[in-house]
Amino acid sequence: MKIPYYPGCTLNTVAKQFDTSARESASSVGFEMKELAQWNCCGATFPLTPDNVIGLTAPAKVLSNASKEGDTLTTLCAVCYNVLKRTNKVIRDNREKRNVINGFIEEEYDGSVNILHYLEVLRDKVGFDKVKASVKRPLKGIKAATYYGCMLLRPFEDIGIDKAERPTIFEDLLAALGAEPVEFANKIECCGAHLAMNNEEVVTTLSGKVMTSAVGAGAELIVTTCPLCQFNLEKSQPKVAEAGSGYSPVPVIYFTQALGLALGQDIATLGFEKNSSDIMPLLKKKGIA
Amino acid sequence: MKIRLGNEDIQSASVRRLERITGEDVKRCYQCGNCSGGCPVSYAMEIPPTKVMRFLQLGNIEEVQNANSMWLCVGCLQCYSRCPQGVSVAAILEGMRQETLRKGESRTEVKEVPFPFLKKAPQQAIVCGFRKFVG
Amino acid sequence: MPRIGVFVCQCGNNIAATVDTKKVAEEMGKLPGVVYTCDYKFMCSSPGQEMLKQAIKENKLDGLIVSACSPHMHEKTFRKAAEAAGLNPYQCEITNIREQCSWVHHDKTKAAGTVKSIDLTRMTIQRLKKNQPLNKIKIPVKKKAVVIGGGIAGIQAALDIAEGGREVILVEKEPSIGGNMARLSETFPTMDCSQCILTPKMVEAELNERITLYTYSEVEKVDGYIGNFTVTVRRKAKYVDEERCTGCGECIEKCPFKVESAFELGLSKRKVIYTPFPQSVPNVPVIDAPNCTKIQKDKCGACAIVCGPKCIDFKMEDKLETVEAGAIVVATGYQNMPNERFGEYGYGRIKDVISGMQFERLASSSGPTGGEIRRPSDGKVPQSVVFIQCVGSRDEKKGVSYCSKICCMYTAKHTKLYSHKVHGGQSYVFYMDIRSGGKRYEEFVRGAIEHDGAMYLRGRVSRVYEKDGKIMVQGADTLSGSQVEIEADMVVLATAVVSRDGADTLAQRLGIGYDKYKFYNEYHPKLKPVETVTAGIYLAGTCMGPMDIPESVAQGSAAASKVLALFSADEMAREPITSVVNRTTCNACWDCLTACPYTAIEREAIKDRQGNVVRWVAKVNDGVCQGCGVCVAACRSKSIDLKGYTDEQVFAAINAF
Ligand SMILES: Cc1cc2nc3c(=O)[nH]c(=O)nc-3n(C[C@H](O)[C@H](O)[C@H](O)COP(=O)(O)OP(=O)(O)OC[C@H]3O[C@@H](n4cnc5c(N)ncnc54)[C@H](O)[C@@H]3O)c2cc1C
Ligand code: SF4
Ligand code: SF4
Ligand code: SF4
Ligand code: SF4
Repeated sequence: MKIPYYPGCTLNTVAKQFDTSARESASSVGFEMKELAQWNCCGATFPLTPDNVIGLTAPAKVLSNASKEGDTLTTLCAVCYNVLKRTNKVIRDNREKRNVINGFIEEEYDGSVNILHYLEVLRDKVGFDKVKASVKRPLKGIKAATYYGCMLLRPFEDIGIDKAERPTIFEDLLAALGAEPVEFANKIECCGAHLAMNNEEVVTTLSGKVMTSAVGAGAELIVTTCPLCQFNLEKSQPKVAEAGSGYSPVPVIYFTQALGLALGQDIATLGFEKNSSDIMPLLKKKGIA
Repeated sequence: MKIRLGNEDIQSASVRRLERITGEDVKRCYQCGNCSGGCPVSYAMEIPPTKVMRFLQLGNIEEVQNANSMWLCVGCLQCYSRCPQGVSVAAILEGMRQETLRKGESRTEVKEVPFPFLKKAPQQAIVCGFRKFVG
Repeated sequence: MPRIGVFVCQCGNNIAATVDTKKVAEEMGKLPGVVYTCDYKFMCSSPGQEMLKQAIKENKLDGLIVSACSPHMHEKTFRKAAEAAGLNPYQCEITNIREQCSWVHHDKTKAAGTVKSIDLTRMTIQRLKKNQPLNKIKIPVKKKAVVIGGGIAGIQAALDIAEGGREVILVEKEPSIGGNMARLSETFPTMDCSQCILTPKMVEAELNERITLYTYSEVEKVDGYIGNFTVTVRRKAKYVDEERCTGCGECIEKCPFKVESAFELGLSKRKVIYTPFPQSVPNVPVIDAPNCTKIQKDKCGACAIVCGPKCIDFKMEDKLETVEAGAIVVATGYQNMPNERFGEYGYGRIKDVISGMQFERLASSSGPTGGEIRRPSDGKVPQSVVFIQCVGSRDEKKGVSYCSKICCMYTAKHTKLYSHKVHGGQSYVFYMDIRSGGKRYEEFVRGAIEHDGAMYLRGRVSRVYEKDGKIMVQGADTLSGSQVEIEADMVVLATAVVSRDGADTLAQRLGIGYDKYKFYNEYHPKLKPVETVTAGIYLAGTCMGPMDIPESVAQGSAAASKVLALFSADEMAREPITSVVNRTTCNACWDCLTACPYTAIEREAIKDRQGNVVRWVAKVNDGVCQGCGVCVAACRSKSIDLKGYTDEQVFAAINAF
């Protein structure tokens, strides 16, 4: 099974480990991610004002390229997924905007590509059962917090990856990998997102709440689906710990790294050294590495 | 605070324009407070989401323009996804931000962004930040 | 040559302001067949009616037109007057020159209103010339009623009908009557105990010799029409002989298996052979067949062994019974919206997030905690309870757009009960508006706040989550403009009142209308609040929409009085505006049969002298037909006509335009 794949800018640069671990893992559960021959930045934000059609042209271009390579498109970064999926819906449902957008990008795209997050590919195309059966290095005994953030989920009616307000797709994957997912309060709350650029204080507060609620619920590891969440959590972690209240940092990794780990890939290839938190002590403690 | 109300406030042209840009109808908000309750940054906003909607209903767009709320909104859509009336405060705040940025005014100048951030941050944060803060 | 009279009404200034009524009368006088015309200030007044009768007699009129308001208003009045003057009432026709004419015109000088009135009246005159005298349809009335649903509304209706001397079958789908009210602890605004005021009525219904209870039963089919319904009831197998059971409860005692109690909303368990609650009426247990090992696997049978009168029969089967009845009262009540719909409030995941109805059970002295407020997770007495109002109500996105009307009041009641039972405990209420319009209701809510110390916060809750074993409630207080977080031991959701599952199926069986929320429609929201579009079927209680006990009871009584009025005569007269089939041209395509919304069309066999069926034709059941005319439009061979609105009449009117 070959699935066209859109990496997006961040996975091509600072989040390379997200990309490589995903590709490796895909092959061990029986599919291949085929990077689009041509792609550009998705714009990293879905324009919330409907009068802003120009903001839809970049993702539309990506979608139109994808439509030439197949009927599905998968992606990893939660933001790219959100932008592509919502843009696709606009193009599919709104004839007027579709015409304007197609005029801009000089294409005839109709919104027919099915956008799947990598998690959805694992759940719906591969099957978590098969993933589970392919596990060679179970993450046994690791209490893992599955941090969804916002973009993988909202708006619920447009994204529809899972049940609104109470998604389980992410926990189900971690459970298949042998870990113990923990229920924590802020798993679908915001990390502070792009305020990283000019408001460290808010980011520290929001990311801090995510991490303290996860660790408070017993998590030894936090798993993410978005490079910006990953960045904000990792960056805030030392500050949260410094601020007292007894918080002690835990490793934060991409879910594909967890996947690769469980599927038995060589730990050295999973790019853990690119993360700023160190997972090795935890793996040693649990007898996994 | 005292508010003096007249027909020109209630029928405010700037609010109508904002409604056109955002596709929202400020009358739909019935002030239940759910958005303020759920918004992760409302604690830091000078005017929290519910009050933003109220000021717009009263035609007082300046009050909101002068507050930090629109620059703090992270677009997490917590407000929209739980609003019983289907109002998107996020869209309203984005609309106000766009109005300001389209005039060429910036919240953050490019040169103010620290270099280490530009070097280490995910591209998406930089692209998104520029779109939301730089005119 | 016909002798027609035309009476033009001025309706004070309602018509005369924009229509020259005198002119209309004059013009009509010029038409052939019109022998008398006049205009008058108020035709519907007593002098107006006298005038009309006088004119009929003096001018030997054989038909008359009143050009006045909508026929909805006074058609009956004028037809009665015509009848009193010796005319067939259906020889009197109304032209609407008010709602559809004078009210929509501005100005008399422009004469548009006058011209239109002349046109309309002329059309009616031509139509009238084609009228046939009609006679009211007489229908015999069976003086027995079926009440569907044994909640407080249905019980009240049954009691009142029985009190009026008529027989009632009360059909209830649960093993006991009582409905939702049986679950309540105390009731607002007087705080009397629900069971204490309900059980006497339940027992009265059981003992009343004119009332027959069909519990554990459901209506499967309804045929017939007003005065003459045939209701088929499925009496589900109870596996216990109702006649012989003494209600000793030995069987319940001995049954070794327990399942979740639906009556207690999952807060406790019941046996497989059970009565829903101790005061059940009738006090006869039923076996929950899917869970009984004897019925499923032929193992156990403990209950049958201990039963003294030997009334347990594992082979019992459902029975279908038909009941002949003249009227039906529907009182099937409501249910609460599933709380799971609001994932952000954690119901189902966080054990101590419960529904308002579950709180009623906790507060009820016959409930699982004996009336002590103890939270489900660990049985501790909660020291802080957060009540969230409007869950699913007034929520177009995830719930229903309407206000559930009772939850403001019962939440205030809950805070009172809580403060009386847990001294030092604190209650918090998140509300959007407090709706307490009712006798002594506002005072009741003020009492909860001022006397019982409930903290009311104006705002909705965004989410409920767990933190370090506490329940955190995160919402807003819009009055102070702040975000609020409360650490709670228990959270109570006042979830929306919605229609029962299956309400639509029952409505279709009965041929009554319902709104988009599947609440049943009354005939007229103000003037016919308990009638339905189907004559002989009445409504009571919360199957129509959210309401409290006083209103449900009032409606039960109102429906009963309608039934008793219907039963007061042996025969009832119906408007003869029904369809007729031309049997010679009908080709039995049955288009009319599928088109008729009231199932008034039947198949009739035409037989030869030997009794062999030669062919089939459609036949209209006069008792059921509502005269809507849909069949007329559907019939391709033009074999159906609507009496009083025949094609001939309608074409005559159109040609006169
Ligand atoms: C938490 C809570 C607290 C409340 N507290 C108060 C209070 O303090 N004071 C007050 O005035 N009101 C209160 N109410 C409102 C009160 O419960 C209702 O007004 C009242 O019970 C309505 O009675 P009903 O007969 O219309 O409906 P129900 O009580 O619902 O009765 C309907 C009956 O019909 C039966 N039925 C349904 N479908 C069928 C069918 N197809 N065939 C046969 N039978 C059927 C049902 O089994 C049921 O027995 C409260 C409501 C709630 C949710
Ligand atoms: S949640 Fe919606 S209705 Fe409620 S205050 Fe916010 S915008 Fe208004
Ligand atoms: S989208 Fe903006 S206003 Fe809405 S909840 Fe998120 S931060 Fe608050
Ligand atoms: S036979 Fe069925 S109902 Fe009777 S005791 Fe056994 S399980 Fe209970
Ligand atoms: S009665 Fe009160 S709590 Fe219930 S829906 Fe209406 S306003 Fe909300």
